Amino acid sequence: MSTVKDTWRKPPFIANPVLRYGLYAAVAIYFLVTLVTLPIDWDRVSDGMVRAQRIFSGAFPPSFERAGLLFDGFMESLKIAILATVGGILLSVPLAFMAAGNIAVKPVYLLGRGIIIVARSFHPVIVAIIFVKAVGFGPFAGALTLVVYSIGFVGKLLAERIEEIDFGQVEAMRSAGAGFIATLAYAVMPQIMPRLVGLGIYQLDSNLRASAVVGIVGAGGIGATLANAFGRYDYDFALAITMVIVGVILISEAVSGFIRKRIA
Amino acid sequence: MTSKSLNQTLDHWTRFTLRQRLMRYGGFALTLLVVAWALSSIDVIWAWVWDAPSQMADLFGRMMPPDPSNLPSILEAIWQTVNIATLATMIAVVVSLPVAYIAAQNTTPNKFALWVGRFILVSSRSVNTIIWALLFVAIFGPGIVAGIVAIMFRSIGFLGKLLGEAIEEIDRKPVEALEACGASRFKIVLYAIVPQVMPAFFAVAILRWDINLRESTVLGLVGAGGIGMILQGAIDTFNWPEVSMVLLTILALVVFGEVVSSYLRKKIL
Repeated sequence: MSTVKDTWRKPPFIANPVLRYGLYAAVAIYFLVTLVTLPIDWDRVSDGMVRAQRIFSGAFPPSFERAGLLFDGFMESLKIAILATVGGILLSVPLAFMAAGNIAVKPVYLLGRGIIIVARSFHPVIVAIIFVKAVGFGPFAGALTLVVYSIGFVGKLLAERIEEIDFGQVEAMRSAGAGFIATLAYAVMPQIMPRLVGLGIYQLDSNLRASAVVGIVGAGGIGATLANAFGRYDYDFALAITMVIVGVILISEAVSGFIRKRIA
Repeated sequence: MTSKSLNQTLDHWTRFTLRQRLMRYGGFALTLLVVAWALSSIDVIWAWVWDAPSQMADLFGRMMPPDPSNLPSILEAIWQTVNIATLATMIAVVVSLPVAYIAAQNTTPNKFALWVGRFILVSSRSVNTIIWALLFVAIFGPGIVAGIVAIMFRSIGFLGKLLGEAIEEIDRKPVEALEACGASRFKIVLYAIVPQVMPAFFAVAILRWDINLRESTVLGLVGAGGIGMILQGAIDTFNWPEVSMVLLTILALVVFGEVVSSYLRKKIL
C-alpha cells in the first residue's frame, strides 16, 4: 500500500522526458538566438516614435473631405470583387472536378491539385504584382488576381466536398447508361450545390477584403486610393479610408454570415 | 385514395415548389444583373484585356528558365521569412492568451474587460498585415523588426478570437469542482481551463504559423524584411529569371509549411 503516492502531478504533455526537455530547450534556444540577433537599431526606433507621432497627429481627425473619391474607390473594389468571384467560381467548378480523387483519373487529378496548390501558395499581393506587370495598372489586374485567389480557396474546398459525396447516385446514373457530363450534372452537382453557393458568398466577402490590399500595388479599387493617400502624406484621408474599409468589412461579414445561415 | 394521390404526385413531380423556383430564378436574375452592372461600369481598358493572353505568355517566356545564380541570398531571405513568421507567431500566442481570457464570455472578469478584449480582437483582425507593416516600417524603419511586429499585431486578433471561442466551449464542471474546493483563480485556470483548451490552442497556433508564412512573403514589398525584398528588387530591375526563381522558392516554402503543419496537427490531435 505504501506505493500509493499522496501527491498528484499533472501528466506531462509529452511522455518521454528526453524528448520533452529536448524540445523545450530547442524552442527556447531558437527563440533566444533569433530574438537576440534581431537587428534593432534603438536610435532609429526613437526617431521612429517621433515619426509615428507625426503620422498619428496628421491622421487625427480623419478627413472625409474627398468622400467622392472614397466612394468611387469602393465601388471599384466592389465591382472587382463581384467579377472576380463570378469568374473564380466558373473556373473553380471544373477545377474542383479535376482535383477530386473519386471523379478524375490520376493524371487529371494531379494536374488539378497542382493548379490549386500553386493558386493557394502565392499571397494575392505577389500575384497582383505579376498581373500588374503583365496587363497594366488598374482593376483588370485586380480582378485577375482575385480570380486566382478564389480558385485556390473555392477549388480546394469544393474538391474536398466532391470527395465526400454519396457515391450511390453516381453509380445509379452510370448503371442506367448516363454519359459523363450527365452524371456530373445530375448526380454530383445537386449534392455540392449548397456548398458551392455558401463558398461563393464567403468568397465575395473575402475578395472584397483582399481587393483593398491588392490595390496597394496598383491593381485598382480602394487600395489604390489608400496607397495614394499614404504616398502623399495625406494621413487624415488615409485614416478615413482605413476606417471605412474596416466598417465595410464588418458589415459585409455580418451580411454574408446572415445569408449563409439562411442557406445552410 | 393512396393510389390516386400517388398517381398525382408522379404525374406532376417537380423538384422544387413554385415558390422555391421563383426564388431560384430571382437569385439567378439578380446575380446576372449585378454582374452586368459591374462589367458595364468598371473602368477597364478593354484593349488591354484582349491583349492580356499574349502579354502573359510574353512575361512567362521571359521568366524561363529560372536563374539560380542568386540562390544563396534568396535562401537567406527565406530563412529570414521563416524567422519572421515563427517569432511573430510565438509572441502573438503569448500575448493573445490574456486577450482571449478576457474576451471569452465565461471567463471575463467583467463587462468592461469583455468589451476591451473584443475591441482588441476586432481592430487587430480588420486591419491587413500590409497596412500594419506600412505603419511599423515608419516606426522601426525598414527591416525584419517591423515585419515581426506587423505579423504579430495581425495574428493576435485571429488567435485571440479562436482561443476565446475554445474557452467559451469548455465543460464547466471541472471549473465548478475546483471552485467548490476553494481553489484560487490562477489554479482554476491552470487545472480546469488550460487542459481543456490545450489541443485547440496548439491547432490554432499551428494554423496561424502556416498563414503567417504566406503573409511574411509579402512584407518585403513595403520594406519589412524577408523574401519580398528580393522579389521587389528583381521586379524593379526586370530581372524576370530571378523573379521566377524567387517564386519557385516561395512555392517550396509554402508547401514545406503545409507539410510540417499537417504533420504537427496529426501528432497533437
